Amino acid sequence: MFARLYGPRGWAILGICSFVAFVAFPLLHLALPASSAFHISTFWVTLVGKIMCYAIVALALDLVWGYAGILSLGHGLFFALGGYGMGMYLMRQIGREGQYQADLPDFMVFLDWKEFPWQWWNTDQFWWAALLAVAVPGLLALVFGYFAFRSRVKGVYFSIITQALTFAAMLLFFRNNTGFGGNNGFTDFKRILGFGITSPQTRMALFCITAFFLIATLLLARWVVTSKFGRVLTAIRDAEPRAMFCGYNTVHYKVAIFTLSAVLCGIAGALYVPQVGIINPSEMSPANSIEIAIWVAVGGRGSLAGAILGAGLVNGAKSLFTVAFPEYWLFALGAIFIVVTLFMPRGVLGVLQRK
Amino acid sequence: MGSGRLKAALAAFFLSFQAHALDPAAVEKLAFGDGDDKIEAIGALVAEGDPKAAELLKAFAEGELQTSGKRVLIVKGKDALDALTGAKVAPLPSDREDVVANNRLRGAVASALGAFKLASEDRNERLAAVRALADANAAMLPLIRKALETEADAEIRGLLELTAAGMELKDGPKEARLAAIRKLAASENPSTKTLLLEAASDQDEDIRREAQQSLRAVEGRLELGEWLGLAFAGVSLGSILLLAALGLAITYGLMGVINMAHGELIMIGAYTTYVVQGFFRGSAFFDWYLVAAVPAAFMISALVGMALERSVIRWLYGRPLETLLATWGISLVLIQAVRTIFGAQNVQVENPAFMSGGIQVLSNLVLPWNRIVIIAFALSVLIGMWALLAKTRLGLYIRGVTQNRAMADCVGVPTARVDTWAFGLGSGIAGLAGCALSQVGNVGPDLGQGYIVDSFLVVVFGGVGQLAGTVYAALVLGFANKLLESWSGAVLAKIAVLVFIIFFIQRRPQGLFALKGRAVEA
Repeated sequence: MFARLYGPRGWAILGICSFVAFVAFPLLHLALPASSAFHISTFWVTLVGKIMCYAIVALALDLVWGYAGILSLGHGLFFALGGYGMGMYLMRQIGREGQYQADLPDFMVFLDWKEFPWQWWNTDQFWWAALLAVAVPGLLALVFGYFAFRSRVKGVYFSIITQALTFAAMLLFFRNNTGFGGNNGFTDFKRILGFGITSPQTRMALFCITAFFLIATLLLARWVVTSKFGRVLTAIRDAEPRAMFCGYNTVHYKVAIFTLSAVLCGIAGALYVPQVGIINPSEMSPANSIEIAIWVAVGGRGSLAGAILGAGLVNGAKSLFTVAFPEYWLFALGAIFIVVTLFMPRGVLGVLQRK
Repeated sequence: MGSGRLKAALAAFFLSFQAHALDPAAVEKLAFGDGDDKIEAIGALVAEGDPKAAELLKAFAEGELQTSGKRVLIVKGKDALDALTGAKVAPLPSDREDVVANNRLRGAVASALGAFKLASEDRNERLAAVRALADANAAMLPLIRKALETEADAEIRGLLELTAAGMELKDGPKEARLAAIRKLAASENPSTKTLLLEAASDQDEDIRREAQQSLRAVEGRLELGEWLGLAFAGVSLGSILLLAALGLAITYGLMGVINMAHGELIMIGAYTTYVVQGFFRGSAFFDWYLVAAVPAAFMISALVGMALERSVIRWLYGRPLETLLATWGISLVLIQAVRTIFGAQNVQVENPAFMSGGIQVLSNLVLPWNRIVIIAFALSVLIGMWALLAKTRLGLYIRGVTQNRAMADCVGVPTARVDTWAFGLGSGIAGLAGCALSQVGNVGPDLGQGYIVDSFLVVVFGGVGQLAGTVYAALVLGFANKLLESWSGAVLAKIAVLVFIIFFIQRRPQGLFALKGRAVEA
């Protein structure tokens, strides 16, 4: 079964990447003293960890956009929902160490709430929060996708209504009464599963877990797109009416891949929040969701490795720019959008493969 | 009413003022007392109604009041007058200290000085003074009573009585409060409602009952104004949505180009208005800068739009998702460019004088001029656009290319050039929208971002390829937004409208008004 996914070269590259993530990074970060030239600083661990989360999101979007031709501008929402799910657990873990030393999170004390609202039920249990992080985006995608695809909303229309959905959710989460901390969101986390969240060991563990999930997502996605299911998806992308006339119920295929994609985004969000230590509604802004699309486009849509590469390239450039010349980042990002769509329809990977 | 009587009344008013001299105790309190003493003193001075008291208070407000030992001085430059006697004090004593006024005191003095205008000979000035007193504190009550004794104008009398009643309601004996509540039932001032609401939960049962009765009367009268106000707000928001969406109705609705930079073209129009305003600043024609700004905003946005069409969008026809991403990139570049040129802060665009203020239709319904002008502007843009599309050759070409590009090409329509012109037209209208928006909202680099989701929803809701649909959709969404806002607050209303549109599109993907056709794929 695994032989189908990648050739020997592919597996070799994957092996090297796993070695770097699971052996080299932990050793160089934890075992070497900070003074050593080979020491990997916390900044890099966090940055690479963050980019790996983005790469999972890029993979998820590539599944629906690159393979099924559905450009969703709502993936930022699924990502943020996963993050909020995990964030609730992390807020509960703060316990009485907040500013007000109360059982409730600070923002609830501030709003003069006496008990947890219903959304927070059972969120002190890790398993429940983890379940929320994948189930809420998944369910939302299932319901939304079912109604949208059933009435044959497609193409740009679908993009626009998913964008409207994200926008509506952002407004909703900005409200204090929604019960998720309003525009400040969640931050100041102390620990996860009892471990201090800022300790190097915890960071490294989160890093490795993220790497594991990224590789697992890649393999899962690869398995999906090489299966018969994946071929039908490609058929839908290329000629939906023809796929329908061949007897495939395209709604089911689209809903399934859209839901899977949302769940993957939820996982990425849940991994992202403990590493960066903050989640707020601006993660849901429409701009973020469009940026996800450009990661995929830069790498090369319709190629899973391309999605990961794109997420890495764009976010690497972003970190570089925002440190070195912050005022030019938007110019650079805008130029990337224009150049990639005009001159590189198959992304960086397409350019590389042509040679 | 005879003018002779009025003059007599005024004379009496002033005579009654002249009869008093300044109360030394009040002056002393004002100069040396603490905050509460000073407020009390202001009240006492107002009650005296002496023009000298007005001068004293004015000096206090302007920081000219100083003390020297036990004496209170009004110091103007090098001259000083004794506040009590009015005698000149020379030379200036050296041990002077300022009498400091904090914000609360300044507020009290301001309303006190306003109250003195009740004695003005000019009817309009008196009317303005009464209006300004509507929310003043009870210290002004004696002055209002005094003014009531002599006031002859019926409208001013009515307002005075209501104001007095409002003050009596706040603190007074029970009988006076009951009488005040009954009087307030005739009020049209929206703040009366809050007053009565307070009284309606009073401890005393009689007051509660009376207050509820009066409240019902006031509410009934205010309701009409509220509904009309809501309708006006709906039309106003609708006209703004319409302006923002009309350009899109061409570029997206007719041409099928997803232009995510549409909001930024609006922003460019607004900034053009800002620049044009800068040229006119200081000149005598400042009020007319909009006359130049409107065509300038259209031209600049249209030129930017045409440049975009030629350089980027042209290569992406037929690939809507790529167009979406590329134009998003353009919007980022435009935002950052404006930020680099004009700074990240909002810039100030002033209303011309003829657009500030409003028409007072009912006591609680003021229609602001800038909103009215924008509604009219949206209408004229709509008519102009309709005429252009329906009556001119360019419009004919645009419609032809939209309906059947190949056939239009065959009969000699220069389709590529028509595309550029059409896109320029849509962009220019976005510029006009920006010019209008600069008159009602903030102008900043992010201006366009707030409108892009809305304007796409308007076009999609209305149905692609239709001007009429866009108009109806803008108005319906404007109304729905304002109506829901009055029930549930702005944010929830917005969310509800978005969710409604999402559901609507799923029920009717072709929008409110669909072009009839047989194509399987749109």
